[in-house]
This record gives sequence, structure tokens and C-alpha cells, in this order.
Amino acid sequence: MIAEAKAQTSPRTQDIPRATIRFAGDSGDGMQLTGMQFTKTSAVFGNDVSTLPDFPAEIRAPAGTVYGVSGFQLHFSSSDVFTPGDELDTLVAMNPAALKVNIKDLKNGGLIIANEDGFTEQNLKLAGYAANPLTDGTLDKYTVHPVQMTKATVKACEDVGLIGRDAQRCKNFYALGLVCWLYSRPLKPIIDFIESKFGKNELVRDANLKVFHAGYYFGETAELFQKNYAVKKANLPPGTYREIHGNEALALGLIAASQLSGKPVFYGSYPITPASDILHELARHKEFGVKTFQAEDEIAAVTSAIGAAFGGGLGVTASAGPGIALKAEAMGLATVLELPLIVINVQRGGPSTGLPTKTEQSDLLQVMHGRNGDCPVVVIAPATPSECFDMAIEAVRIAFRSMIPVVFLSDGYIANSAEPWLVPDASKLEPIVVEHATEANGPNGEFLPYLRDGNLSRPWVIPGTPGLMHRIGGLEKADVTGNVSYDPDNHQHMTNIRREKVEKVADHLPEQTVFGDEDGDLALVGWGGTYGQLHEATMSLREAGYKVGHVHIRHLSPFPRNLEQVLRRFRKVVVCELNTGQLRMLIRSKFLIDADGLNKVQGRPFMVGELISAAEKLLKK
Amino acid sequence: MTTATEEPRKYTVADFASDQDVRWCPGCGDYSVLAAVKKLLADIGLPPENYAFISGIGCSSRFPYYMNTYGMHSIHGRATAVATGFKITRPDIQTWVITGDGDALSIGGNHTMHLLRRNVDVNVLLFNNQIYGLTKGQYSPTSPKGKKTKSTPMGSLDRPLHPLCIALAAEATFVARTVDMHPKHLQATLKRAAEHRGTSFVEIYQNCNIFNDGALGHAQDRKTRADNVIELEHGKPMIFGKDLNKGIVLDGQHLRAVDVGEGGVPESALLVHDEQAPSGIHNLMARMKWPDLPEPIGVLRAVQEPTYNELMEAQIAAAVEQKGSGDLQKLLSGRSTWTVE
Repeated sequence: MIAEAKAQTSPRTQDIPRATIRFAGDSGDGMQLTGMQFTKTSAVFGNDVSTLPDFPAEIRAPAGTVYGVSGFQLHFSSSDVFTPGDELDTLVAMNPAALKVNIKDLKNGGLIIANEDGFTEQNLKLAGYAANPLTDGTLDKYTVHPVQMTKATVKACEDVGLIGRDAQRCKNFYALGLVCWLYSRPLKPIIDFIESKFGKNELVRDANLKVFHAGYYFGETAELFQKNYAVKKANLPPGTYREIHGNEALALGLIAASQLSGKPVFYGSYPITPASDILHELARHKEFGVKTFQAEDEIAAVTSAIGAAFGGGLGVTASAGPGIALKAEAMGLATVLELPLIVINVQRGGPSTGLPTKTEQSDLLQVMHGRNGDCPVVVIAPATPSECFDMAIEAVRIAFRSMIPVVFLSDGYIANSAEPWLVPDASKLEPIVVEHATEANGPNGEFLPYLRDGNLSRPWVIPGTPGLMHRIGGLEKADVTGNVSYDPDNHQHMTNIRREKVEKVADHLPEQTVFGDEDGDLALVGWGGTYGQLHEATMSLREAGYKVGHVHIRHLSPFPRNLEQVLRRFRKVVVCELNTGQLRMLIRSKFLIDADGLNKVQGRPFMVGELISAAEKLLKK
Repeated sequence: MTTATEEPRKYTVADFASDQDVRWCPGCGDYSVLAAVKKLLADIGLPPENYAFISGIGCSSRFPYYMNTYGMHSIHGRATAVATGFKITRPDIQTWVITGDGDALSIGGNHTMHLLRRNVDVNVLLFNNQIYGLTKGQYSPTSPKGKKTKSTPMGSLDRPLHPLCIALAAEATFVARTVDMHPKHLQATLKRAAEHRGTSFVEIYQNCNIFNDGALGHAQDRKTRADNVIELEHGKPMIFGKDLNKGIVLDGQHLRAVDVGEGGVPESALLVHDEQAPSGIHNLMARMKWPDLPEPIGVLRAVQEPTYNELMEAQIAAAVEQKGSGDLQKLLSGRSTWTVE
């Protein structure tokens, strides 16, 4: 048996420090599952891992077409990794369309493992190839391995009695088996997965196991491959790890915040890519008292969460940019009501429906300013998938402390990427203290719902509390009493207070830190999911002798108190973001710092290489 | 809180009045509804902190400011959605939604429909004055076709919605109609609404004496209304008229008004109102329109179904039963972990 959780090496095995591979095929080919299983076995083995799924918005686009291609990229390494990798070492292409879409990312001399059976005349035509690229010499600068995966899969399935289309469907496990051999991966985690996933259907389970092993043995015995590779364990801090996606971490963070505060989660949400997985995850955990409400639309999603907050609960809503646009008026209501509310925006390419499955950071100004009236809110953005956990807790802490809406800006890249996560000790998480008013606070024994504390926060009363009945609403209200007021001076005062209240949140925020040089020639400034690429670019630039610091801003409204000082320590500041310059605009207007911009909106993360060359150009200016 | 040994406190109308001046136009139908609701709550005998009033935008939506209970004046059309989140979080608080024809059927039409089909345990009072009052007199989704207003100088082109039909189509479990100027009927209908478990939908004919005075006069005028409306009573034949000598029969697939008694049909031939009948007949009744037919007021439909908030609590209880109370550490560890030494 080869079912052991250790690397499978042989004398033909060459050690390499890291590798980046991509599985690509039709959206129905199971490439996401294949990639995730490869990730899992690599993580369990002890590599550091970063992933990038890339799938089309269409659920099942016509087979064989370029717009139906689904890909899953991962980077696994014997040292820390921060990105899914720029260039591919290996591309697995299940059909011509997958090859066509992905070949540009394969490095010169890279490996192509192609399912030869998928390169039929019809598929070549669908992908727009006049001749078969596997044989016409156009791929000469790569190493091409055509493998008859479908035939081999069908053959392997015959032995256990699975035939026809059902048999062909198992071919992703053949590819997975082959690549597992190529990179000396332990097989046990995948075998365990197949056994648990298909346990109820013995035929399919046995077929997949058979096919998976067939792929593996093919690599081992066929003379096609001169060698295979091994990537040693990374030196990760000791402890218990699991794999985690951004959306999953966010959902767990909300549940943790609920446990830490004693407030059950109310999650009002309307399905939208790429935020829906948060709803799915939360809906599975009702044993924590989580109440998920799939609303009739985005507006009901946010207003029901406001209703929950008025009731004394933890009101949360989530969407992507189009849905956040619909929630804008209600976010203004929550701002004026001064109720705690968490609004999650998992950003995707825009405007309008845009690129539903692709990542972008172009909703920053939307969440900052996209409401009627002067309507400031708190905005925070995690940098990595696992940070979604900690920052979800922080979002709740801020919202409860300041009675304020907090926008949590995630993005498609963070949401869908996975990384190994050192499982936190639940008993060490800091409780979230919530105080509800229970007694009148006025000088004459009356209750004053807008009497403020040191954070400019107002009392939160649980309906049902005797003697504290009060009314709140969207009309401007007199400070202290909360009664409707059209008084000009009061409106000025309340507008100022709402702004100051946001600014005061900074009293509780950590100071801005810098990775790399604390001062010097260039600050690479970023926020959100570009963290890994900026981090790696900074390491490379410093190795090349430049004095460069990476300033990654997690608190966007308000900014950390020391941000301006930090930025002024650098000769040049360049703000790198996946939009046309939104944070850059905020930094320039707030600090009058002449920041440059490095921007891209292609639905994909930065490449480390493009950041380095752009930074070098700036440094030489 | 009241304990068993204390004398239960009696509440008066004054206990439910807030300290805010009521700012509706003098003569507005909203005043009578406010008075009726305060009286009802005083009669029920629960303390003011047990109630929440949640409204949208419009004249009637100022209602919560005038009640000494918990209250929220939310945004246009969304009171039903706010109330849904509130009730799910706080099933223990009796929750009322105050809305109007524009708020509930135009900008908030979607939420109204979904609140009703979910059967969230809240009471909806829809003040129907067939006009936009707060924006100073444009036609509303319940205005009759051809209505001339500032925005429709040549008459509106839209056919009106029938609020009761909308409620029935959305599978509402409690559907009623009453009239602002018929205090006894108003009081009795609100009481039924408060007692119903599930969404209670009450359309209230309400006069806007500034922009649409008398539009619903046929149902409001004490002298003539007996001939123009029919007061529904469960299990009773459908009789109406000042002299109680007219009734409603089902003739094929049509409802018709007929004379009862001498020269007419016997009372036994009349349709007997059944609040729990399949909703098809209720839909026919909801479409009875003056002057062809008397307009029904009272409880059209009342059936018992589990409420959304109860079902949600039950799912949580079932999850705890199956998996035990949530264990955070177990959740964080997930289904599969590995150890780095």
C-alpha cells in the first residue's frame, strides 16, 4: 500500500524549494476539487501553501469553450509563501481551451500535462486552434506530456464496474494521481477524502480510488517522465493547523465574536458571488444560536440586520459591490440610529454586474462615501484569508463599543484563497464586553438615548427594559434626547459628532507597522488582498539593495493615528491597489502627500514581478 | 417585572402616550387609529416595554414617535424588513408595523409580500388613503385609475392594487379591513389582529382630509356606510344594509348583492362567511367594490400556521439537540487538522 501520509520519493526524485502549478479544464471537470485536494495533501505534508481559484461566472458554460475554463492555482513551498505564485512551473490542461487560456502564465521550460483524449478535432475547433498544439511544434519551448487520461480512466473504471459518462467523470482523479506522483505528495489525505466524500456510493468511491491510483502508478512506471520532484516541509511555527478560506474564516470570526459577546449572530443576506459562502457556512452552525435569514433582496438583508441590532442582537449583512449599492440608504439609517451593524463587502470586478467571480478593490470609495449626506462609517480590511477571522472579531468589538456601522472589506481573492491556519485557542480570545443600559440616565430620572460616553457612543437598550422606552428614526435627532429636530445648529453638531465618533475609533486601533525598512526610498502602500504580492516584492527589492518598506493598511476609516508620520519617513510613496487609485486619492487628500499609484484592474491579483519592475522604475526616477 | 405576589398593574391610555406633540394635520384619520391602538394596548394589560412599533416613511409612519413604547421610524418601504429582523431576534416583543399604501405597496411592495408569505409574527397596519400625503398629493398605487393629481393632471394611467388581494396572494394567515371613522369596528379588528399568531395584515381605510378628502367617504360616512360596506362575521350569513335587508350570494362564479326576505331570497341562500375557507372565495370578496357591491370590512381570513420566528427557534433547538450546544474550539479546529512539531 502507498496510503501513508509521507512523501513518496525515489532515486529519480529531485528536491526543489517550491513549485507553482495550475489545474485547468472545463468548469464541469472538477478542477476546483482537484486543486483543493492537492492543496490539502501539500498542507498536511507540511508545506506552506497559497491558492488562487479562477472560475467562470457561468455555472456550466458549453463544454470545450474558452469561456467555460475553470482553473485552480497553488503555490507550495519549503519556506513561507505569501502568494499563489506569478508563473506556473506546471500546467495541467484537460482540453485545448484550458491550454489556450492558461499557456501565457507558464514559464519557459515549464511542464504541460495534457489530457490527450480531450484534444479532439471538435475541441480544438471550439478553442480556436487550427492544428493540434500538442503535435504542431508551437509548444516547443515547454516540456509537453500528452497523456491519454480519459481512456486510462475508463479502463480503470471498467475493473470496478463503472462505465460510460460516469466513468469519464472520474478523470480529474487520474490527473490528480499523476501530479501527486510528479511532486511526491502523500496520498493518504486524498484517499481519506475520497472515502468520506463518496462513502455512500461504493461504486463511485471504488472507481475514484482506482483511477487516482492508476494516475499515480502511470507516473511512476511510464518512462515519459525522467524525474519527479519533492518539496520539503516548510519551517512553520509548531501547533495544530487547518486549511482555511477567507469566507470561512470570516464566518468563524463572526461566530467567535458572538460567543465572546454573548450575542447570537443575526445574518441577513441575499445570495451573491463571491459572498454567498459566508451564508452557507453560517447556516451550518445553528447550534451556536446563529440565525441566518436569506432575505428577499439586499435591502431587506441590511434592514433586517438593523432590526436585529435594535432588538439587541449582533446584526450582520454581507454582499458584493452591487448589493452594497442597494444597502447604501440603510447604512445611512444605521449611522443616524447609531446602532451597531456589520456590513461585509466581498469585492468583485465592477461597475454594475462586472466580473462576478474575479477579484478587484474598487469599492473602497463606495463604502467610504457612497451614501447620501455626510455619512462616515468605520472601514476595515483584512490582508489575508486567516486575518478575516481576527478582523471579524475586531469589527464586532468596534461596532459594539462605538454603536456604529463597520464595513468589512474583503475581496474575491481573499474570500476564495486558502492557506494553512494555526488554529487559535478559543479560551485565549479576549471577551467582547457589551453593556446595556438598564436605568434612566437623565438628571430628572428620564432616559436620554443619545447621551454619550467617552467614545461618543450612546446607550444600547434592550427592548423590553422597563422605563427606557424610546423611539429612534432616520430623521435628524436632537443630541442627548434623540427627539426629532430640524434645528440648524443641532444638525451641524450631530454631523460633526458622527464624524468625530468615527475618528475616535482610532484611539483603540493598533499603530501602523512597516515590514522591511522603517524609512527609506520607497513605501509600497497597500490594503486588503494584495498583501502577499507586496510582501514578496518588498523582500526582493530589499535583497536587491533598495531601502523599501511595505505599509499595509488594515484600518481605512479611520486611519491609524501614526499613518501620516510613517508615510513621511519615505522619499517616495506608491499606493498599489487593484483599482484606478482610490486609496491613493484618500491619502493624497488627507495628508497632502504626493503619492504615486500602481494600479491594475484585470480581475486578477498583482504579479510580484510587475510590482518589482514598477517599483524599480520609480526608485530610479 | 410583575411577580405573582404583586397586584398586576393596570395600564391606561396615558401610559402609552409619548411626550411628543402629535404633528398630523387636524382632522387626519391617523388620530383615530392612534387612539384605538393606545386603548387596545391599555386593555391588553401588558407594560409598554413589551411593545415595539416599527414604521417606514409617510404620514402614518410618524406613528411610533407618539407611542410610549420601543419604536423605530425607519426608511421608505422597509419597515416590514426591519420588523422581520427585529422579531426573529426578539420573539418576546409584540411587534407592530405601521405603513401606508405607498410605503407598503409601492416602494416596499416586495418586502410586504415576503413578510406575509413567511408569516412572521407581527401586526401590520396599512393606512390606505389612496394618496401620497407627505409629498403633497401625488396618486398612489391604490388610487383609482384616472385619478387627477399634481403628478397626473390628465388622470393616472395605472390600474390600482387591491391590498387585500395582495395579502391573500402572498398566503397571509390573517387579512382584515377596517375604517378609521368606525371606532368600534376599528377597535374590534385591531384586537383580533393583536391576538392572531402570525402576520396580521389590516388595511385601514383612512381619510386624508388635505389631499384626498372623502375618497373613501362611502365607507366612512356614518349615515350611508351601512349600505356601502358589509361587516363580515365568521359563521354568519353575509347581510348588509341599513335595514339589514340585503345580502350576498354566490351565483356561479360571481358574488351578487340581493334583497333578503320578502320579495328577495331567504337568508339561508346567502353566503356564510368562513374565515378559514380556501382563499379563492376570500379573493372574490376582496374584489367587491362599491358602488357595484358593498366593500367587506372585518376579518376576511384567519388561519393558523406556524410562524417564521417559531420555526427558526425550532431549527436552532433541533441543531442543539443533534450536535449539542456550540463548542467554539471544535468549530475552529474544523473537520481536519494536522500538527507541525
